[in-house]
Amino acid sequence: MLLFIALPIVSVVMQSLYTPHKQVIKVVENCGPFGCKEATTVDQTATEQLRKEQPLGQFSGLKIYLDRGHLATKEIAEAWSTRSSLGDFFSAVGNLPFYRALSFTLTYTFVVTPLLIILGFIIAIAVNSLHRHLKGLVIFFSLLPMIVTPLIGSLILFWMVDSRGILGSALQWLVNNPDLSLKASTELTWIMLMVYGVWHSAPFAFVVFYAGLQTLPQDALESSMIDGATRWQQIRYVIIPHLMPLVTFVALIQLMDNFRVFEPIVGFNAEAHAQSLSWIIFNDLGGETRLLSSAATTSVLTIIGVAILLSPVLVKTWQDFKVKT
Amino acid sequence: MSAKAFKQPPMLRLASSIFIIVWLILAAFPFFWTLWGSFKVELDFFSKADWRNALTGARTVAEHGSAFTTNGYEGAWVQEEFWRAVLNTFIVCFFVVTISLTFGTLGGYALSRSGFRYTFWLLIAALIFRAMPPITLVSGYLLPFFEWNLWGILPTTIIVLVAINQPFTLWMLHSFFQKIPKELDESAKVDGCSQFQAFRHVIIPVMWPGVITTGLFSFLLAYNDFAVTSMLLSKENQTMVPKIASFLGTTQTEGNVMFAVAAVVSATAPLFVLVMFFQRQIVSGLTQGAVKG
Repeated sequence: MLLFIALPIVSVVMQSLYTPHKQVIKVVENCGPFGCKEATTVDQTATEQLRKEQPLGQFSGLKIYLDRGHLATKEIAEAWSTRSSLGDFFSAVGNLPFYRALSFTLTYTFVVTPLLIILGFIIAIAVNSLHRHLKGLVIFFSLLPMIVTPLIGSLILFWMVDSRGILGSALQWLVNNPDLSLKASTELTWIMLMVYGVWHSAPFAFVVFYAGLQTLPQDALESSMIDGATRWQQIRYVIIPHLMPLVTFVALIQLMDNFRVFEPIVGFNAEAHAQSLSWIIFNDLGGETRLLSSAATTSVLTIIGVAILLSPVLVKTWQDFKVKT
Repeated sequence: MSAKAFKQPPMLRLASSIFIIVWLILAAFPFFWTLWGSFKVELDFFSKADWRNALTGARTVAEHGSAFTTNGYEGAWVQEEFWRAVLNTFIVCFFVVTISLTFGTLGGYALSRSGFRYTFWLLIAALIFRAMPPITLVSGYLLPFFEWNLWGILPTTIIVLVAINQPFTLWMLHSFFQKIPKELDESAKVDGCSQFQAFRHVIIPVMWPGVITTGLFSFLLAYNDFAVTSMLLSKENQTMVPKIASFLGTTQTEGNVMFAVAAVVSATAPLFVLVMFFQRQIVSGLTQGAVKG
């Protein structure tokens, strides 16, 4: 594990500090019968040799981190000094690829996670009151959106919301606008992706909460009823406190999963309107050019983001551990 | 306790039933719709004229004489050689599951039985690695793979997937082994077994439920992965998911979208069967960590 995961991380960090070599240019004098001409050519052997000597490329330090594709400190400073209003500044920052992706990733994470917890909780409560024989069937169908491959799930939904698909037509009919296309506008694309995210992850929350409901102490419920608690009060004061540790667990797992949102963007073909950090890495790696060091830089920044997200949990685990020993 | 006290008033009952039905439709309808539509021609599946065409298949009847056509499947499986991708997927899944379970059981057992401090740190490290997007690791793998000329073939992908999977397997099996009482192998050792014999004769017979659950999840990870397989495999070696993605990129001409639809349905079918048979294990696996925490 250390070998295969820790080493790649080291390699990623290393790569992010280097840029590919520039080709060595040399000036040669071509002397022909009509006099001498100077021409610049690429010195293949020298380039090869340089590449061999330093296979990682030029050491560029933190330069890539600060360039336009990533943290873009210079552009931000410029936008800040030339700003006319705060909104202006933010829209300038929003045009930089890294910040655009970061804003989508964060919005996605923090919108989807609470929504799916709420939805999963309601489903769990509703399923729990069902008849025993129906439960198995309902659980089977509820699991499907989660188990199915994210890319495939998003494709299935994508075809349905296509302007010629069933949901797309239904929406056009609902708002009475035959030209409505979810793919054309940024806001609608974001909403579509988030709806997909909730659809995909709600079953997980549902299953965990449902299992939690099975361990609910019946006498606590009963005594609350004797004390005259209404149904709503039972949920509020007995069930929710009982499930609270599970909510933390689900929130933690889903924060991690949603932060690396990637497949739906490919599936929904939404690259033009919504990019996530993972998608930027994928895009850099793929294609003709394979911008390894750029991808590596984004990777490092993403890892830092994950670490920041996880830090409260880590601190808490550390404290628990210290108490135990 | 009286069951009557827990009975819901009719209004609430109605509301919760309606909610369940709506949720079921939300969860299951897309799959059935796509399954149904995969037997139609594209003009029916994406019907501009009338959405009911997708149900009745008016254009399909006009083109093929019956409301069902297997053209999409034929195109995907035979013409675009989807079977190759299916084969690759199962090779990858099989080896990923086997290898990661072997390491996972041994490692998880060792971690759960050793009382040293570093086990805690190893598990925390596993948790952190679990939190990282796999794609961030891929860029770390790519350069060495290019240099050693290992890019594009199945074994390297299997190794990478195992590596990504390992923290999770280790974490899950560790918590599973911790539930098996220590007295079990201690009594075996009292009877004269070595540590390894205790594992072989006492632990292995009782560990299968946990191993099967963990295996299911590693299978799902290998099956569902897109980022790693699409980056690390060359065109001939692609597994199902990147193959489907490549259908989309290259074939936007008429009829070929249906190849992708058919391929999607074919790729979903094994998962259906899996959920049907292993529902209990999946549910227990999902909640295992939760109930503990």
